[in-house]
Amino acid sequence: MSTPYAKLPAWADYGLIPLINLFVAFVVAGFVVLLVGENPLRAAVILVEGAFGKGTGIAFTLFYATTFIFTGLSVAVAAHCGLFNIGTEGQAYIAGLGIAVVCLSFDSVLPWWLTFPLAIVASAVVGALWALIPAYLQAKRGSHIVITTIMFNFIAASIMVYLLVGPLKPAGSQAPQTRNFLAGAELPKLNWIIELFGAKIRSAPLNVCFLLALIMAFLVWLLIWRTKLGYEMRTYGHSPKAARYAGISETRIIITAMMISGALAGLMALNPVMGDQHNVAIDFVSGAGFVGIAVALMGRLHPVGIVLAAILFGMLYQGGAELAFEMPAISRDMIVIIQGLVILFAGALEHMFRPYIQALFASFSPRSVGMEAVKGKGA
Amino acid sequence: MDVFNAIVQTLDSTIRLSVPLLLACLAGLYSERAGIFDIGLEGKMLVGAFAGAAAASVFHSAFLGLGMAILISVAFAMVHGFASITHRGNQIVSGVAINFVAAGSTIILGQAWFQQGGRTPALQPGERFEAITLPGADAIHDVPIIGPIYAELLSGHSILVYLAFLMVPFTWWVLFRTRFGLRLRAVGENPAAVDTAGISVAWLRYRALICTGVLTGIAGAYLSMVQNGGFVKDMTAGKGYIALAALIFAKWKPVNAMFACLLFGFLDAAAIRLQGSPLPIIGKVPVQFMQALPYILTVILLAGFIGKAIPPRAGGVPYVKER
Repeated sequence: MSTPYAKLPAWADYGLIPLINLFVAFVVAGFVVLLVGENPLRAAVILVEGAFGKGTGIAFTLFYATTFIFTGLSVAVAAHCGLFNIGTEGQAYIAGLGIAVVCLSFDSVLPWWLTFPLAIVASAVVGALWALIPAYLQAKRGSHIVITTIMFNFIAASIMVYLLVGPLKPAGSQAPQTRNFLAGAELPKLNWIIELFGAKIRSAPLNVCFLLALIMAFLVWLLIWRTKLGYEMRTYGHSPKAARYAGISETRIIITAMMISGALAGLMALNPVMGDQHNVAIDFVSGAGFVGIAVALMGRLHPVGIVLAAILFGMLYQGGAELAFEMPAISRDMIVIIQGLVILFAGALEHMFRPYIQALFASFSPRSVGMEAVKGKGA
Repeated sequence: MDVFNAIVQTLDSTIRLSVPLLLACLAGLYSERAGIFDIGLEGKMLVGAFAGAAAASVFHSAFLGLGMAILISVAFAMVHGFASITHRGNQIVSGVAINFVAAGSTIILGQAWFQQGGRTPALQPGERFEAITLPGADAIHDVPIIGPIYAELLSGHSILVYLAFLMVPFTWWVLFRTRFGLRLRAVGENPAAVDTAGISVAWLRYRALICTGVLTGIAGAYLSMVQNGGFVKDMTAGKGYIALAALIFAKWKPVNAMFACLLFGFLDAAAIRLQGSPLPIIGKVPVQFMQALPYILTVILLAGFIGKAIPPRAGGVPYVKER
């Protein structure tokens, strides 16, 4: 089962094609802005200025990016193993429970640098366990992972709503959320890094989770391309048949990949919960798990690409908030459209422009297309 | 008598709540039987609901609204087809994309066109589908047992409700008694065989998706023009996914689909009715548990603990001619 298309040079494959797909997605989004009756170019300028114009904007952009790096990595790890984990949203949501337990128990006793590692472990374990059941059902009983993870998103949401309007809500409070954490569960901010460059920051939630996200991106790269497990996952993702023939245990590889994916999804919860809101509230994930799908596809499943794509989406989130001020007709939901279009063009329609680009490359220099295929470079 | 009335009322709301599920479920049946996974039922219902309510309120006609709902929903189905049939893209990715575009664009356009926080204007009489009183319903209303069942349970629904339930035998007939249906099922099981017989796989799958789009359009129109009298943002609220669950629960069969949707509709109706009040024997059941029950049941079914759900064999696999 070879791909029906010949190889392109790596820079075109990993740079040019995503950019073209992104460009088309934005052009279509521009049409929506036109339909609303605003000027798309002015909207784009406001968006970029809102995201990068001021220090506060940059800090917010990176704060959102942190969240999306985690969810993007989560989707990507599963995807390398040929599994589509739509359940990132639910895994992150339910991981909030693990964080809540740790923070509510220890925030008055321990300093943040002891609570944080505990919360990391708790969120990763809970997220991984929530992914374990769909993974087991896929591996052992052949139930489709996409459907089960969607179902688990809804089940997770029901459980969290039940807990947050009931047992976890402090007595006498109306808001469906846990009590606010004390200083022992508040993560230090990283805004001083941006202030080093001379920018002023009023208040922004950028925190140490950003560093954790970058470390995770590196570890995922290490895992996928530098370990035996990663090699087995990629083998299984390319061809389950070949993997079986090579003696790779299907059950083990599916369950391991999904649990790593779930753990990464779980880590995402640290950023908004401990870094920003300091409580666990209803719907605190608010779609970040689904943004992860767009980020992973945009970043072509590579950690470097994912970090860049996450910053792009962080920019859209932050810039989108500014945009809503300037153009009341365009709310933040514009981002949801752009996100959908990116998933459409970078994911489902990723091969649409490829034949034309290939023809273009072939007409300029046949060797750039042909030689790569002969040498069989890249994967 | 009180118990009896309560049962009739619960069953009545069961019917009302099942209808959008049933229409979406049958919609999914056409596309999945043709080998195209459709996660995008939710999004297509949502754009249908929006287009229906918007057109009905602008043109002051319920039927124009319904037409627009179907048109836009089919257009979204065609995008899904373009990505997953013509360009052989990942069907699940494409469905997810459609859900997001639908969720975002209905809010943005609704706000820009009507300025009511993403709602469409409340529909006036004549702009929505009214309840139909079946002949003789008033006459026998006071007859015990039969009266309430006929007058309240069967009569007094809008035309879309009756249409939805008529679609069940119709879908069965199309799938199992027509040439188109035979080919549609074949293309979901073994597209290469259909291709060898000289029938276009792509065109057949596109037609299946048109059926899907029509039905999700009607489902959306029902939500915004019958159940609610106007579009509210995110009004599908996961119904597309419940329909998907019902489709699996029904093992991709039309009559089973009706029962699955009635079951899930009943769970919803019971959850609303029982809110807070305890059940005999079991005690108080959290509403959230009742809401999660369709999903839990589907997972258990998928795991093969209640029978086995075997999807169409070629589902989710793009067809490549030269292999």
